[in-house]
Amino acid sequence: MFKALTHTFLYVLDQDEAIDFYVGKLGLELNTDSDLGFMRWVTVNVPGQPEVEIVLSSPEMGHDEETARAIRDLVAKGGASGLIFRVEDCRATYEALVGKGVEFTQEPTEHFYGIDCGLRDPFGNPLRFTQPAAVAQS
Amino acid sequence: MPRMEVPSRRLLRARDAMDRSYARPLDVAALAKIAMSSEAHFIRTFKQTFGETPHRYLQRRRLERAMALLRETERPVTDICLEVGFASLGTFSRTFARVLGMSPTAYQAAWRSGAGTAGYVPTCVVMAWSRPAAHGDQDRSFGEAQTRSGT
Repeated sequence: MFKALTHTFLYVLDQDEAIDFYVGKLGLELNTDSDLGFMRWVTVNVPGQPEVEIVLSSPEMGHDEETARAIRDLVAKGGASGLIFRVEDCRATYEALVGKGVEFTQEPTEHFYGIDCGLRDPFGNPLRFTQPAAVAQS
Repeated sequence: MPRMEVPSRRLLRARDAMDRSYARPLDVAALAKIAMSSEAHFIRTFKQTFGETPHRYLQRRRLERAMALLRETERPVTDICLEVGFASLGTFSRTFARVLGMSPTAYQAAWRSGAGTAGYVPTCVVMAWSRPAAHGDQDRSFGEAQTRSGT
């Protein structure tokens, strides 16, 4: 049986810029950056959670040029996949990231499940982070 | 050298701006500025990229918000209509019925009769999936056309 989720893939249009954003601005940790010659394997993880790696994947990885172009188009118009993170303090995190120039799509909003907000990475991927209600009430 | 941003990324930024200010009248000039293009070019490339005009996208966004408020609140339909950006109850009700196949009141009643219970589904997912479909009728009016540029 499956034991755990270990890797999830996110298409990025520039791996260096992705590292700048995910590590430099969002504060994730660089887990792996390996140039394998035919491809560059870059992964990041939430601090304290190295067992779940987010692969910052180039659209060219394993795809012909036409497919890679289609993936690039999808990412740029917000049609690719995204990620949701958990935070302790949604509003404080939001303010800190606004100060770093991060592009938000939704300000912190209260829901029955907690407080969350939305942003995009530089390429168009949708991201969110949530402060669960149990934490919000404590 | 910095990566050149593709036009669709700028169009997405303009669409995100519509998502944030859905209750305000459609301001094509401001959106075109975000997309760094002329108004006519913005409308044309928006449709090429997302499959519908900015006006139609905005109307679906407003209907999605109205549906959420009808499901989650006890507020009168008129309040909801105005809050999501429709200027009149008549236009709201006609647009809602044309797209959803039922009146706002009937939608609310159907939901409350046991159609749905909300577990934890992230807001962005609910927003995207509950936005009424844009199939067919691409060129037909999707309700009121209240833009500052007359588009």
